[in-house]
Amino acid sequence: MSESLVVPTMAEMLAEGKQPEVLFWVGCAGSFDDRAKKITKAFVRILNRTNVSFAVLGTEESCTGDPAKRAGNEFLFQMQAMMNIEVLNAYEAKKIVTACPHCFNTLKNEYPELGGQYDVIHHTEFLKSLIDEGRLTVEGGQFKGKKITFHDPCYLGRANKVYEAPRDLIQKLDVELVEMKRSKANGLCCGAGGAQMFKDAEPGNKEVNVLRTEDALEVQPDIIAAGCPFCNTMLTDGIKHQEKEGQVKVMDIAELIANAQDF
Amino acid sequence: MSYLDNILFAILLIAGFGFFASSVKKIIRNIKLGVDVDRKDNPKARWANMALIALGQSKMVKRPVAGVLHIVVYVGFIIINIELLEIIIDGLFGTHRIFAPYLGVVYDVLIASFEILAILVIFAVTVFWIRRNGIRLKRFIHSDLKGFPKSDANYILYFETVLMILFLLMNASDLHLQNVPGGVFHKAGTFPVSQFIAPIFNGLSNELVVLLFEIFWWVHIVGILVFMNYLYFSKHLHILLAFPNTYFADLNSKGKFDNLESVTKEVKLMMDPNADPFAAAPVDENAAPGKFGASDVQDLNWVQLLNAYTCTECGRCTSACPANQTGKKLSPRKIMMDTRDRLQEVGKNIDTNKGVFVPDNKTLLNDYITPEELWACTSCNACVEECPVNISPLSIIMDMRRYLVMEQSAAPMSLNAMMTNIENNGAPWQYSQQDRLNWKNEN
Repeated sequence: MSESLVVPTMAEMLAEGKQPEVLFWVGCAGSFDDRAKKITKAFVRILNRTNVSFAVLGTEESCTGDPAKRAGNEFLFQMQAMMNIEVLNAYEAKKIVTACPHCFNTLKNEYPELGGQYDVIHHTEFLKSLIDEGRLTVEGGQFKGKKITFHDPCYLGRANKVYEAPRDLIQKLDVELVEMKRSKANGLCCGAGGAQMFKDAEPGNKEVNVLRTEDALEVQPDIIAAGCPFCNTMLTDGIKHQEKEGQVKVMDIAELIANAQDF
Repeated sequence: MSYLDNILFAILLIAGFGFFASSVKKIIRNIKLGVDVDRKDNPKARWANMALIALGQSKMVKRPVAGVLHIVVYVGFIIINIELLEIIIDGLFGTHRIFAPYLGVVYDVLIASFEILAILVIFAVTVFWIRRNGIRLKRFIHSDLKGFPKSDANYILYFETVLMILFLLMNASDLHLQNVPGGVFHKAGTFPVSQFIAPIFNGLSNELVVLLFEIFWWVHIVGILVFMNYLYFSKHLHILLAFPNTYFADLNSKGKFDNLESVTKEVKLMMDPNADPFAAAPVDENAAPGKFGASDVQDLNWVQLLNAYTCTECGRCTSACPANQTGKKLSPRKIMMDTRDRLQEVGKNIDTNKGVFVPDNKTLLNDYITPEELWACTSCNACVEECPVNISPLSIIMDMRRYLVMEQSAAPMSLNAMMTNIENNGAPWQYSQQDRLNWKNEN
């Protein structure tokens, strides 16, 4: 596991006169949240092993503004967007990959009108394309035969209709993919979207993440796969709430792919 | 029929359609109270949406029981309009089954299919009634549907049942009169359903059956005119508005929220290094709206207002809403119903004040929709996905959040902290931007 990661920045690339194939937009969760950092590193391990030429913005990256926008602060969102667009355009970024569906959605759908036109893809789509191009091969490894269910992040699924790429990747692992009663377009939110991650829930009789975790546990999976750092946190909390940490793990698809090859 | 009948009929018809036209005018005026938004692009995709979703009912069948039964009632409604055309002509000119001699066998098939549809509609409507009042499906006994909205749903079902029964009785008495010796009415049509009802007229005098026929005929057509005029007050308005509503629906990916143009201008100015920070704001001919976000119906765009009139209160949105499922106050259906109620109130205000809105110290925000409801939304788009006629409650929720945050600085404390962090550190958490790449060297 302790292979060292090679993570070039766009600034370093530019200094060498190079342009990477893809810019990896790490996102705030992926940069700062302890759990999400593991997803970031898993994804970079795959990029390193497959010799994908990539770079990150590093300290030049900033919040896309998604939580501000969903909270209603259009000013703050557009300030963030314009600053990010200035940086991205200065580096002439073309293709952006990100492991966060919220960054993905904002960069893909809301930046173009503000002057930021990029080819934005979610990391599951990118990994799928690496497999399709024969640059990445995946075998089940430690996950072979395990029962895995996939939770559709709202901003990946319903919002942008990416349903198949994550499922295709899971199926490459020789596992049993089981669907929850609510999935794809009917998927239930993890409870974090719309800036809910950053505030207490309104009074009710249950937390959304607990309800969603119940959905997942109903199919008795070994692993709940996620494609969003926020969903990951919410479902992990849900598993803790149900005291099932011993039996069920929540893992990002990048972690599944990276770890499958470790053994 | 004497001329008196024809004149009376014409008057009724003119009155019915006249009232209806004035309702439609009011609806159009109210919808136009909204802010303009361009929904004219890509007509091809828009027509396709309308054909598939409104005409083809593609989203209704996601819930198969309600979906299939709804299609029955819907087809019944469409087809019966052909019969209605004949009734109107007969009524105006004193004819009887005017189409029969011209259409021949086609006429028989038409009448037969109307009859079969009529009985299917009665069946469907009965099941609907049982779902609402007997089984009491959760979304139909929800707190949103207290008072008029609950009765409204039942009135519609009663209306449809009565109209269909009248239609069948009309045909049954007609058939009876065709078959009596000597034939009071000329032979026309095939009556697969009402032939079983016709025997109830046996033994009655021809004069009495003719009178009964006329009563059925008149009550039926008057019922239809009344029902048409009831639409304005009812959720049943969706039978008309579903079409424009699906046509003008947002075609973008659901995750794309609009970027407020007025904000873009300000932000660009702020970020322009050459802009004089002390200069007076340039006067813009296309002046931006006076406020950010929406606190009342006039701040919403016309598509959102059209959405509100189109909502049929089926509650599929609310039953899919994660906040609602976990007992929070938010109900996307209530957002739509509140918007319509407020819009109607504003409309009445304009009517009573001779065309101008006189402030009534009320707003959609607070008086109808509370901030608690708005803040419970996860923006997950489940409500938008569910709606059988492409309504977006989410867009209204977002516009009202914008008002709370940008006009009133009334976000929950924790969200203010998050936004301060983004402003200062470029992340929703309190970490320094300089530490963004630290993960690279951590184990």
